[in-house]
Amino acid sequence: MAVTTFVPLTATRGSALGRLTTTELKLFIRERVGPIWGVGFPLILLIIFGSIGSFSKPRPVFGGFTELDIYVPILIAFSMAILSLSALPSVLAGYREQGVLRRLKTTPIGPVRVLTAQLAVHLAALAVTVTVILVVARFGYHVIAPRQLAGFVVAALLTAVALLSVGLFIAAVAPGARVAQAIGTIVFFPMMFFAGLWLPIAQMPAVLRHISHATPLGAAVQALQDSAQGHWPTGLQLVTLAAYAVAFGLAAAKLLRWE
Amino acid sequence: MVAVIDVQHLHKSYGQTVAVDDISFAVAEGEIFGILGPNGAGKSTTVECIEGLRAPDRGQITVLGLDPQRDRAELTQRLGVQLQDSRLPGRLRVAEALALYSAFYRAPADWRALMDVLGLAGKANTRFGKLSGGQKQRLSIALALVGNPRVAMLDELTTGLDPQARRDTWDLIEDVRARGVTIVLVTHFMEEAERLCDRVAVIDSGRVVAVDTPAALTERIQTEQRIQFRPSVPFDDGLLTVLPDVTSIIHRGDVVVVTGNNNALNAVTSVLARNQIVAHQLRVEQASLEDAFVALTGRHAAAPPGAGHNGPVQD
Repeated sequence: MAVTTFVPLTATRGSALGRLTTTELKLFIRERVGPIWGVGFPLILLIIFGSIGSFSKPRPVFGGFTELDIYVPILIAFSMAILSLSALPSVLAGYREQGVLRRLKTTPIGPVRVLTAQLAVHLAALAVTVTVILVVARFGYHVIAPRQLAGFVVAALLTAVALLSVGLFIAAVAPGARVAQAIGTIVFFPMMFFAGLWLPIAQMPAVLRHISHATPLGAAVQALQDSAQGHWPTGLQLVTLAAYAVAFGLAAAKLLRWE
Repeated sequence: MVAVIDVQHLHKSYGQTVAVDDISFAVAEGEIFGILGPNGAGKSTTVECIEGLRAPDRGQITVLGLDPQRDRAELTQRLGVQLQDSRLPGRLRVAEALALYSAFYRAPADWRALMDVLGLAGKANTRFGKLSGGQKQRLSIALALVGNPRVAMLDELTTGLDPQARRDTWDLIEDVRARGVTIVLVTHFMEEAERLCDRVAVIDSGRVVAVDTPAALTERIQTEQRIQFRPSVPFDDGLLTVLPDVTSIIHRGDVVVVTGNNNALNAVTSVLARNQIVAHQLRVEQASLEDAFVALTGRHAAAPPGAGHNGPVQD
């Protein structure tokens, strides 16, 4: 084997965090869970629901809005839940399990930046999905565009932060990728139930409706529906989301380990 | 001697378990320094303290004049690390991993050249999960070197490799040293330490039991020789047991094994010649680093699968 002198390269080097984020984005796409279940599946559901004629008729029970108007925020919550509760924690717990984070600890970049890169990738995926769902719904199936846009953006961002915090908490407590994914799935179904995936929140019995208000996705879907219909999200909805973000964010920060 | 790594009175406990109990040694610039010891001896803890992954309870460590805890940021720029049991994301490609890691450093090596030297150029677009054990190991060495480090710490470098891949890796390490990189090699394979290391620290139960060259360690206990052969005709053991240089003689089937001091070989062969006995398949086994290790620690080191006995001299 030849002995080579390595010439240091100093030119044409992007920032380390930029390179890391690009790499994590490629891995996110190759991993397929996020793109298929978090991005593709909600879109397919939208197309299926959109193709059901009765879903696009104004209904008095929904205050003159269509079934699809009610469902679009639920699909947005669905996408956010998959990406935050399943995709993100399984990647992070897997990285810890495999020693990826430990290895990075011995480099100048350190493991915190992987977390930053992962959050950036998932936030970007969330933003793209929400936009695509809204655009397809508006122009493909005549769903109302969010009438209180600022309120809608605030509600969506707060939902994303709350769910990503829960996701980080799962990554902190799960010993590995499989367990993280299992916890994410177990948490996902009741959360989606209270988000009104199977039974719209407005049609739930009073007890379930009250529980729904207190769950992150219940609060999220209602805040998104309200702002889509032209109202500011209520203080209770925003406080509920913020409380989840703070509580799980702090717990994750306390519990998250690199090895 | 310019000490690149200086460890003084290192102590580290995990709860009640004392992992490292007063370890001191110094690594000189440009040498391949081995840290040898049975599993659980405290090798990895020592290395992790040097890398800054763990904080020592007591003691002083300097690496290239830096404190691994206080000067972490600077140390990571200059110290290349290969960790035991550390994987990469399964879907990350070889070239991507190298490009990514090279972006972490101030003055990285040319990762494409590194990829060629390590024989990974043909695997540039292969995912980490699809690489063989040897290829994964070479990639992790490449990643340890991509920052152009002055010192490289390599932990259990050849564990799980087949004998050919192990020998290729050894050649590679010698090449790396030839470029002026100081190397610390953690291993429990005697053959590896004997072949590569300029000096070895033998660690047992959290303490350094010896620091010396492999040859000097071996010499310390080299008092016996074992001579093994198949005689052309049967003979009376008494012919050899009367020799003062011979301590014992045993038979294994038609093979005779004679143990004695350093002069035993001369004495035995002349007696055999005088009696017109031909010694077929004559082998002389001398003390190896492994024997030295056993004598120092009272334990047997793991033998790499497929590796023969150390140090046989074959007729």
